[in-house]
Amino acid sequence: MTAAPALSVQDLSVEFRTRSGIVRALDRVSFDIAKGETIALVGESGSGKSVTAYAVLGILDPAGRVTGGRAMLGGLDLVKAKPSQLAEVRGREVAMIFQNPRTALNPIRPVGRQIADVLIRHGNVLRRDAPAAAVEMLRAVGITDPVRRAKAYPFEMSGGMCQRVMIAIALAAKPSLLIADEPTTGLDVTTQAVIMDLVAELAHDLGMATIFITHDLALAGQRAARIVVMHAGHVVENAPTAELFAYPRHPYTAELIAATPDSAASLSELAAVPGTLPDLRRTDLPFCRYAERCPRKTSGCDQPLPRDTEDGSHFVACWNPLPAAPAAAA
Amino acid sequence: MSTVAPTAEPLSAARPSTGLAAMFEHTRYVLGENRVTAFAFALLIVILFAALFGPYVVPYDPLTSDTVMALKPPSAAHWFGTDQLGRDIFSRVVVATRLDAFIAVASVVLVFLMGGLAGIAAGYFGGWTDRIVGRIADTIMAFPLFVLAMGIVAALGNTVQNIVLATAIVNFPLYARVARAEANVRRDAGLVEAARLSGNSDWRILAFQILPNVFPILVVQMSLTMGYAILNAAGLSFIGLGVRPPTPEWGIMVADGAAFMVSGEWWNAFFPGAALMVAVFCFNLLGDGLRDIVDPRRRT
Amino acid sequence: MLTMIGKRLMFAIPSLIGVVIVTFLLTRALPGDPAAYFAGPAATKEAVEQIRKKLGFDKPLIEQFFHYTNDLAHGDLGTSLTTGQPVATEIRNRLPASAELTLLGLVISVAIALPLGVLAATRPGSWIDHLCRITTTAGVSLPVFFTGLVLVYVFYYLLGWSPAPLGRLDVFYSAPPTVTGFYLIDTLIARDFEAFRSALSQLILPAATLAIFSLAPIARMTRASMLSVLASDFVRTARASGLKPSTVIVTYAFRNAMLPVITTLSMVFSFLLGANVLVEKVFAWPGIGSYAVEALISSDFAPVQGFVLTMAVMYVLLNLMIDILYGVIDPRVRLEG
Repeated sequence: MTAAPALSVQDLSVEFRTRSGIVRALDRVSFDIAKGETIALVGESGSGKSVTAYAVLGILDPAGRVTGGRAMLGGLDLVKAKPSQLAEVRGREVAMIFQNPRTALNPIRPVGRQIADVLIRHGNVLRRDAPAAAVEMLRAVGITDPVRRAKAYPFEMSGGMCQRVMIAIALAAKPSLLIADEPTTGLDVTTQAVIMDLVAELAHDLGMATIFITHDLALAGQRAARIVVMHAGHVVENAPTAELFAYPRHPYTAELIAATPDSAASLSELAAVPGTLPDLRRTDLPFCRYAERCPRKTSGCDQPLPRDTEDGSHFVACWNPLPAAPAAAA
Repeated sequence: MSTVAPTAEPLSAARPSTGLAAMFEHTRYVLGENRVTAFAFALLIVILFAALFGPYVVPYDPLTSDTVMALKPPSAAHWFGTDQLGRDIFSRVVVATRLDAFIAVASVVLVFLMGGLAGIAAGYFGGWTDRIVGRIADTIMAFPLFVLAMGIVAALGNTVQNIVLATAIVNFPLYARVARAEANVRRDAGLVEAARLSGNSDWRILAFQILPNVFPILVVQMSLTMGYAILNAAGLSFIGLGVRPPTPEWGIMVADGAAFMVSGEWWNAFFPGAALMVAVFCFNLLGDGLRDIVDPRRRT
Repeated sequence: MLTMIGKRLMFAIPSLIGVVIVTFLLTRALPGDPAAYFAGPAATKEAVEQIRKKLGFDKPLIEQFFHYTNDLAHGDLGTSLTTGQPVATEIRNRLPASAELTLLGLVISVAIALPLGVLAATRPGSWIDHLCRITTTAGVSLPVFFTGLVLVYVFYYLLGWSPAPLGRLDVFYSAPPTVTGFYLIDTLIARDFEAFRSALSQLILPAATLAIFSLAPIARMTRASMLSVLASDFVRTARASGLKPSTVIVTYAFRNAMLPVITTLSMVFSFLLGANVLVEKVFAWPGIGSYAVEALISSDFAPVQGFVLTMAVMYVLLNLMIDILYGVIDPRVRLEG
């Protein structure tokens, strides 16, 4: 009997209204994340990974709306929650950190105040204790001389420091789930590693579940226990990390792995994933959105994709998948 | 062995997304999409008609007074009523269109030439040209614009030409700045590089490469300036500068009728004022619509 | 912070110099004989020669310029032909009337435009959004003197709610002893509440006219700026952190959105100072605008020159204050000096 998940996304569908038509950005996306687990949402640009996070948190662009499904956080369906309920949950139960940390911080407010705002809002501290608590948060995320830095503005800090501040803001109210949307894009490689270590450490200390959103499969492989692969608004594969790399079942996953540089492969062995994403404005999208660029497509592919049984096993949304891991039942 | 030479793109419309034909197509599309702009265009036609043919089609002579009929409210015989000298206000309002339109057009053309050329030169040549043009623009901008216009017309003399000149001077900084920015950007653009490399003199480049590209952006501004120019001229006339009675002009007609507003004869000042409003409104809408045609990215 | 203020002050100086030069040139650009202009239309040949000598029109231009700046430094703006009084004195006496009117107009304008723009941005597509858009489009097309007249017609003639547009106070009341020159303040200081009410009711229509006029650009910029800020990354972060909607809109969005609005104020002041002249004529308001207009009618040039100079200097100082205010609010500007 598995424990209740920290977050359970079930059949989430999202549409965007644009001038050139309706974009079916997400189509029945489902996955669970257990308490304290670290998973990664992986896919190329436009696969819908960020949209999923925004939909869960209720911060979609005004042109977007959820057209179906649920996002269960404990007993609360975030999709159907009232704005007042959402405002309680955000920051306190679920938090998010974004790419481009510099622009994600208020440019005319000292960073210490921005952290204090969250602390005061979620009732963690009394108003008069907030500045000191903010300094402690800065210290916890590894910023040196936090007392002085608390009065600084984002433009006075490096990208790495700004990302640390964002982490401090996100974790101030000690949420049980953190969503990290490409947190290291735009940072140099050394800083990337440091930031990822920091997040991992804090998550461990707080017993916090983490969803990493990234296009970098190698990064996902290093940090996540489980990987959810997305393509064109669909979850195409969901498996424990080691198993996914050893026995990728969805053709797309296999292509992604082949396209990912790691210490073993040489440049000449790298292959680009063939084809491009289908136009999500089309009304005639096939059941499987990978079909048109898939080398393993068969006649049996023209039917609704299999559903995830959510039993922690290796899920693949494909009618003609690559072979499973031998011996242990897949 | 041949070094890579920058190839100039052919100026003629090989691609359907450029060229005059494409522009017409785009214009028609925007007008169809945007009824407000189409409405403004229609209004413009009405104004043009009044300006060009007004004096010939009005029912009464705008200058003839008929004291028996003084201060009569709007009626079937006098659609806009009569003023204190018995003149038909409708005829005067329509005939005034010509003068106000003339002032507006003349001001805008003058400021386009003055500001546009100065700005292009400043943006293209940089250095001292840029500095001088900048200083002049900054000095003009240090004044509240209407006050400066007042000062210029008061100093140079109470004539329509001076109203045109004052309006042009007051709008100079805006045009110079826009033109300079565009010229700055295009100075280093591929087309211009190519032209320079093939030996074109600076003036040819300015005239044939830069000016045609700067013009559409300035045209949007010109439409908006037309509205401002009319308001400016009317304002100056309202305080007694520029146009003298009995010439029909919307501004002095409002000034004449102001005293009567207080005692209830509203039509005297109302109709010329409304005409002002309609004309300025039309040009503002047109400017917005033109902006959509010229650069859809800047749609508001 | 002080370096920033110092720098701004320094930038204001070339503007002031430019203003003085231009006003000087305006007199010298008069067609015909400037001396005749200053002597007035009724002057005799001898009187014109006297004026020429007295005002130094027979000297070279540079010398005249030094003369002019010297006079300015001593506060001498010449003498009015029609009243015989020094221009500087009359301007000083009349300035509070114009200032009170313009300030009240600005306050009303901002009090309406800011909420209008903010609400239009936070409730897109609502009736307030449409109201805001109509106001901003129509507002820029209204000639300010026309608005004033229409207001007088409706509120004085038709409804009888407003008093006759005859100046700052009803004839029955006398002006309070001058402390600030602002009747609204001085009447309260003197505890003359009847006069206060009268001053207020005289002020409302002209101030409203100015307010309607300057409402449009402020509301438009507020709305556009709020829309842009509400779509920004840091507002998204604030929302994602669960901050209260009021905190997000006021502390995070609004303060950032105000930056471009403050910059717009410079343009608004330019319009306001110009519109002031027209409104003063409509409402017979005894300020410096009507002073200049009356002088114009009688071809009395010294007051006009003094008026243009005063308005320009005020404008430069107002812009300086706006620059400094911007620097106070935006740390990026403040800390980089």
